[in-house]
Amino acid sequence: MRLEKRSARSSAALVLAPTGAVAFTLIVSALLVLWAGAPVLRTYGLLFQGGFGSVFALSETLTRATPLVLTGLAATVAFKARLFNIGAEGQLYAGAIAAVAVGGLHGGSGFDAPPWLLFPLMLAAAALAGALLLLGPALLKLRLGVDEVVTTLLLNFIVLLGVGALLDGPMKDPGALGWPQSVALQGDLELGKLIAQTRVHTGLVWAIGLAALLWALMKYTVLGFDIRALGANARAAAFAGVPVTRTMVAVALLSGALAGLAGAIEVAGRTGYVTLDMSPGYGYGGIVIAMLAGLHPLGVLAAGVFVAGVQVGADSMSRALAVPTYIADVIVAASLLAVLVATLLTQYRVRMR
Amino acid sequence: MNTFIEILANPAFWIATLRIATPLILGTLGVLLCERAGVLNLGIEGIMVAGAFTGWLAVYLGLPLWGGVAVAALTGAAFGLLHATLTVGLALSQHVTGLGITLLATSLSYYGYRVSFPKVNTPPTIAPFAEMSGLGVPILDAQTPLTLLALLLVPVIAYALNRTPLGLAVRMVGENPQAAEGQGVSVAATRTGAIVAGSALMGIAGSFLTLSAFNAFFFNMINGRGWVCVALVVFASWRPGKALLGALLFGFCDALQLRLQQSGAGQVVPYQIWLMLPYALSIVALVLVARKAAYPQALMKPYRKGER
Amino acid sequence: MTERVLRLDRITKRFGPLLANDAISLDLHAGEVLALLGENGAGKSTLVSILFGHYSADAGSIEAFGQPLPPGNPRAALAAGIGMVHQHFTLADNLSVLDNVVMGTESLWQPFTRRAAARARLLDVARRFGLPVRPEARVGELTVGERQRVEILKALYRGARILILDEPTAVLTPQESESLFATLGQMVASGLSIIFISHKLAEVLRVSHRVAVLRAGKLVAEARAADSTREQLAGWMVGHAVQERTRRPAGRIGAPLCTLANVGTGGDGRDRLDDVSLTLHAGEIVAIAGVSGNGQVALADVLCGTRSIASGSLQLRDEALRANPVWLVRRGVARIPEDRSGVGVVGDLTVWENAVSERLRSAAFSRGAWVRRAAARRHAEHVLQTFDVRGGGPLAPARALSGGNMQKLILGRALLAVEGDAPTTLIVAHQPTWGLDVGAVAFVHERLVAARDAGAAVLVISDDLDEVLALGDRVAVMHAGRLTEAIEATRWTRAAIGLAMTGVPESDALRREAA
Repeated sequence: MRLEKRSARSSAALVLAPTGAVAFTLIVSALLVLWAGAPVLRTYGLLFQGGFGSVFALSETLTRATPLVLTGLAATVAFKARLFNIGAEGQLYAGAIAAVAVGGLHGGSGFDAPPWLLFPLMLAAAALAGALLLLGPALLKLRLGVDEVVTTLLLNFIVLLGVGALLDGPMKDPGALGWPQSVALQGDLELGKLIAQTRVHTGLVWAIGLAALLWALMKYTVLGFDIRALGANARAAAFAGVPVTRTMVAVALLSGALAGLAGAIEVAGRTGYVTLDMSPGYGYGGIVIAMLAGLHPLGVLAAGVFVAGVQVGADSMSRALAVPTYIADVIVAASLLAVLVATLLTQYRVRMR
Repeated sequence: MNTFIEILANPAFWIATLRIATPLILGTLGVLLCERAGVLNLGIEGIMVAGAFTGWLAVYLGLPLWGGVAVAALTGAAFGLLHATLTVGLALSQHVTGLGITLLATSLSYYGYRVSFPKVNTPPTIAPFAEMSGLGVPILDAQTPLTLLALLLVPVIAYALNRTPLGLAVRMVGENPQAAEGQGVSVAATRTGAIVAGSALMGIAGSFLTLSAFNAFFFNMINGRGWVCVALVVFASWRPGKALLGALLFGFCDALQLRLQQSGAGQVVPYQIWLMLPYALSIVALVLVARKAAYPQALMKPYRKGER
Repeated sequence: MTERVLRLDRITKRFGPLLANDAISLDLHAGEVLALLGENGAGKSTLVSILFGHYSADAGSIEAFGQPLPPGNPRAALAAGIGMVHQHFTLADNLSVLDNVVMGTESLWQPFTRRAAARARLLDVARRFGLPVRPEARVGELTVGERQRVEILKALYRGARILILDEPTAVLTPQESESLFATLGQMVASGLSIIFISHKLAEVLRVSHRVAVLRAGKLVAEARAADSTREQLAGWMVGHAVQERTRRPAGRIGAPLCTLANVGTGGDGRDRLDDVSLTLHAGEIVAIAGVSGNGQVALADVLCGTRSIASGSLQLRDEALRANPVWLVRRGVARIPEDRSGVGVVGDLTVWENAVSERLRSAAFSRGAWVRRAAARRHAEHVLQTFDVRGGGPLAPARALSGGNMQKLILGRALLAVEGDAPTTLIVAHQPTWGLDVGAVAFVHERLVAARDAGAAVLVISDDLDEVLALGDRVAVMHAGRLTEAIEATRWTRAAIGLAMTGVPESDALRREAA
């Protein structure tokens, strides 16, 4: 098999590629549905309905999308600079715990301060926790060439264990009857609901706002230019005067902060306290979303809603049909690989030897 | 201190160490093969899940235990072939492909499990490998045949890499693919072969958990062991012998923390700190090794033949 | 008449618009050393890469030992008895000498390497050709000369009967070169035929039986070494082309703007500066001639702010020059790098972003953290228009630009100053017209001359001698990290420069020509 660069953008390819990707994904998941013995079209119908078909469905989707968008933004800014941050999961938990530490009730080190002061402090603490967590691996990469994929991955486990220790000990909620969960956040620090009787909360507004901010940063600021140049071609960027070390540090701080905020916003908006299972892999999901979005901050919004919708829809569909909810992750994984291949095929032609 | 010595003196401790280390040995050898050929395979976490599931399912459906192991190996090899097609054939990003495959393999396995057993709450069990009590070697005779396989594979793979022409070709494509191509070796074929073989080992590593350590398939069974293997390879400087050491060290820490939890020290220090130790030590080892890393020089650099 | 072992018949190869080999036909006879001579870019490396199978020719055929050679297949070339010692060694640093040599010689399905036999055979071959090696040594720890021996042994171990050596002495010390020549003698005595690529005239005359000269992709001369002189060879190499480009003489030469005094950069290898002194004055163009790989990259890097000096002093006007691109641009240094698509532009960013990339931090285009987009866009459009950059518009990705347009973009970016930055004071142009068509070349030359006439100091580093003589008011020659004195262009002759390129001191070169 050989790759040959296309000399001109084939417009046929530009249309066929995403269509091919969608078709591939639909076929793969259709096969799985058939394996489960369920009717394919009805499954897809219920899946779509469950994710997007009613106000309630949409609200669930948006609730789920909120942390995914934030970790997706974290992955976007990092991967754009070729800093492969796989540690968003740990950064999320670190942010969540930091938020509760600042804003929790008795037991946690909840401070006695007015909410208008405590709320931004809580968010800042979460952002800082996430940022510092990624700074270590980033510096190790800059100074010693240690691969950040492995260090950020390992830190995920260390952080989760650390949070577990805190939940068993100093930050344990005494009223939870032995269940490992943290002290709860003060009531007035919780995020309000966007739609009554649903779970979707103002954290979504924060997520959308941060996506817009990141987009603006990348497009309109000098730092954004530096990040894009550095990730595209480090040598040329250095030639043009981009400060490499400083930019990389900024990227690490931004990415970690976004993931940390994801944790804080989940606590403040959905759960109210920290548990060890509050994130079903949001950190890793963010990476997939960032790739699906082509590392575009506004695209992350769409990709986040897509992935969340598929997951929520699958949950709902699996209650009605005997199709396991895990089909959601299969759909997401298949679309990711399909999009990768499709994007490549718009630029290269495959020749069989 | 006494507790410490008590724990170490008990043979059950060492038995547990070796048992915990077994999937890590197999998985690390798998990643090692891929990386020596120049390819980072982040699909290991998912491939281990898939190996655990398919191996167990095959046995549940009537195959003998070693048949299950073979099925797990084939599953791993299949995902390895997918990885190779995308990263070697299409030169896609190795990071993203690997993570995509982990997600795909994991979700397919969980899906397949639920489709096969829609109504059960406790996972159905099988009869796992029995201990090799006939061996007569202490500690080893309390292990199952897969552990023996893992231990034997270490010198076999070391030999294959260092003393066979095929192993030399694998090492060369991971160091300087242009040189390999210029001396008549196909970089694409060699890399693909190494990835498929390594992924088969990863599949077997996963099957150890369902066919030996436990006797059923649970969700979240792999729990990051795959990622640990990725770190262990760097810690082992890409050498099979050191990979064994690293895996044993990790098993040591894991077995230790379990026992310390029950001892006096366990009341003082939260057990999670002990659990953290192996991961923390891996990072420290990575930092120390980074200074003089004998990196396969072509690792993670895609190779496009004939491009100027 | 000795047997003909190799015939290349009208080999032609294109890389995009560049015609690297133009219908070249050559023969090689048994026991002969054929030298392939030519400047950088003449097509020598391409030709032998085609012979060895790294590329396929677009037209033409090859016959080895009477049999046609399948193109594009190194394994076929190896099987036909052709071996190649590459200019940039293809060795695995982390593996041993024995591993590097033996790789690929045994069937991959063999369950064991016949290590002892291989070691014995390697040592035997090494002894026969006078190339001592330690089989178990790690290649990464060897000296350059030792590494080359391993590269040669790779071919000899496989029983090569035709050996291609691509610029073998480029990286060797004089003593190691002597050693190599002795080895060549032994190889020929054992019946090998050799193709020896070089741009060094002395060696070529010493070592080869016949010489074939390539220039701009064509074979321009073939002669017996015994019948040729260095001057003749130099003449063929650089060409007696009528100078279509006439130099426009400088006006008044002004004050010194940039001074290098005994500048040295660290490191070993050829890409370094070794005690270089040069003064660049306002209103003059100084052109540096020389074969690529003699320190030009180091000189350019140092003046472009991407490398620091290790010794000596480097001044811009009356300040010490800082290795900081932003600092340099602000003081009016215009930099044109050699690798326009890999270093000059960030291919994935848009054309307009690249047009302002190095001035982004100035007050004209940024207010604190924010880019003043409108102002930046306006300036970018101004650059694109003034320098006639075409291809897709300001929003297209820069990698879509053709070479000529990319170079115009880089020129415009560097030469058009903005408010707050000093006007163009010094221009550092490294291979400014490499790979460009005639129109683009003329454009670039005009701009450089115009800048000189406006009072800037211009430094042009080029391995194109026509360009050097057309542009330079003063010319210096670079060799092995050292620079000759920069002498008025009128005092040099082509042949003298050709000699200086090979290391002959300029006084001797000029004297010989005058004689």
